Amino acid sequence: MFSYEKEKLSEDIVSLVNKYGKNRTSLLPILQSVQEKHHFISDTAIQEIADLLGIHPVEVYGVATFYSFLNPDQKAVFKIRLCQTISCEMQGKEKIKNVLESELGIKFGETTKDNRFSLEFVNCLGMCDEGPALLVNYRVFTKVTPEKVKEIIDECKSQFSSHYLNKEE
Amino acid sequence: MPIVEYKNGMFSDIKPEEGLKKAISLSRGEVISIVTDSGLKGRGGAGFPCGTKWNLAASANDEEKYIICNADEGEPGTFKDRVLLSEYPDLLFEGLTIGGYAIGAKKGILYLRGEYTYLLKGLLQVLDERRKKNLLGEKIFGKDGFNFDIEIRMGSGAYVCGEETALIESLEGQRGEPRNRPPFPVNTGFMGHPTSVNNCETLVLSARILAKGAQYFKSFGTPKSTGTKLLSVSGDCKKPGVYELPFGGTIDELLKMVEGEDAKAVQVGGASGFCIPRKNFSRKIAYEDVSTGGSVIVFGENRDMLDVAINFAEFFAEESCGQCTPCRFGTVELLKGLKNLKRGNLSLSMLKELLSLGKTMQLASKCGLGQSAPNSFISIVENFPDEVLGREEV
Repeated sequence: MFSYEKEKLSEDIVSLVNKYGKNRTSLLPILQSVQEKHHFISDTAIQEIADLLGIHPVEVYGVATFYSFLNPDQKAVFKIRLCQTISCEMQGKEKIKNVLESELGIKFGETTKDNRFSLEFVNCLGMCDEGPALLVNYRVFTKVTPEKVKEIIDECKSQFSSHYLNKEE
Repeated sequence: MPIVEYKNGMFSDIKPEEGLKKAISLSRGEVISIVTDSGLKGRGGAGFPCGTKWNLAASANDEEKYIICNADEGEPGTFKDRVLLSEYPDLLFEGLTIGGYAIGAKKGILYLRGEYTYLLKGLLQVLDERRKKNLLGEKIFGKDGFNFDIEIRMGSGAYVCGEETALIESLEGQRGEPRNRPPFPVNTGFMGHPTSVNNCETLVLSARILAKGAQYFKSFGTPKSTGTKLLSVSGDCKKPGVYELPFGGTIDELLKMVEGEDAKAVQVGGASGFCIPRKNFSRKIAYEDVSTGGSVIVFGENRDMLDVAINFAEFFAEESCGQCTPCRFGTVELLKGLKNLKRGNLSLSMLKELLSLGKTMQLASKCGLGQSAPNSFISIVENFPDEVLGREEV
């Protein structure tokens, strides 16, 4: 981690602790916000949050690893999560899995080398009447077809271009 | 009331804020007795009487109380709360406010599952509008001493957090591991204060009960299961979706409505529920017969029931929080056994052992997750022996 990144992370954590309050009940919202902004929860983040909340870092690590959406080892910018539960399975989840794998060149459970995409299975997304369903971070896509997979990935990729980043800022 | 599909407009029988206005014109005790009289039971699946829960929380001796709306619907095949949250958020918040008034809470918390983060922005807007209309905040509808506000907190993808004590642990910034009960949340809940945890649908129905009266509510359903139930129907049928059905309707009637008459089996209650074969389709959906939190998954003629059982077993092996041994160990063993059954190398005596392990899990697990994890396994093996036994060895 570059030192300026570390400084930015520390700043963010301080402001999150101020926003949600310096107590244990704030832990989950703080972790969720760090994950959303920095794409993953680093060891540094865990240590800083623990220091500010006055708890042991192991406590923070324990919570961060319990929840499937807060994986400290999961660094991808775009986390693609495909629903594997029965209704989506019956509506063709396997095909979508194969297309995603060949499109990104990784298997489920892996992350691309540039840390841009990861593929994971999740349990029921609550879109059972509109399967197969997947999440890209928190965005939901339903009735996904193989063609649609390509569109989704292309849209994600376009967000990496310098043009897009400038627009965002 | 016939079966209603949500696209045709559910809850058209009540006007906005009718229930809340009525509640505020009554005393807390009167509100609770109306809800008790209606026979409203928890719609999350466990079926605990809502009036009793509110009464316990209301009579607990504490200044600080909480009411929590459990919007962590993670049960495979359930999406009725998604429809309530996206189509009827005002009604939901109205119900939560009524509950807050009844038990004497100043704060309500909506625990929204991480998968529904996309709904958050809209829900926050609805809350803001309600604050502007004085439906939240200080002196709601000018009622002295009734101050109530709602906060939304997000889950992060843990099925077990739908269990009320695990949900409270999660809100307190802990791992979502269920607590021992008793003490129940109505005595020792969020931050140690009396807390009522209610399902979204239960709260919405409480608004209807206040608006239309207990008698109206009781005119639907059966004597033991009053009112209606929202069912989330998916799988092999032509019209999947959310349906409102008076309790006591049969599975046959429902299948006709959703155009899934060819089904060979229906899974009622999601992964933790039971598999009902065709010969039992005349059974009724009600707490006293086939009880459900709302999930109905239809399986057509060509579905391999063993694959279905494996899918459910994988779900539980992943979602077990790992705290108690029967569940942590049992869910993995059941999955292994089912995979061996599929490969054609599970002996009948081993299968018998697994069925008895399932019974042990039902008895000895700490929370509802482990207690209900073997249900689908047992009911599929018992109802489809010809289909699941004697597979060719691969």
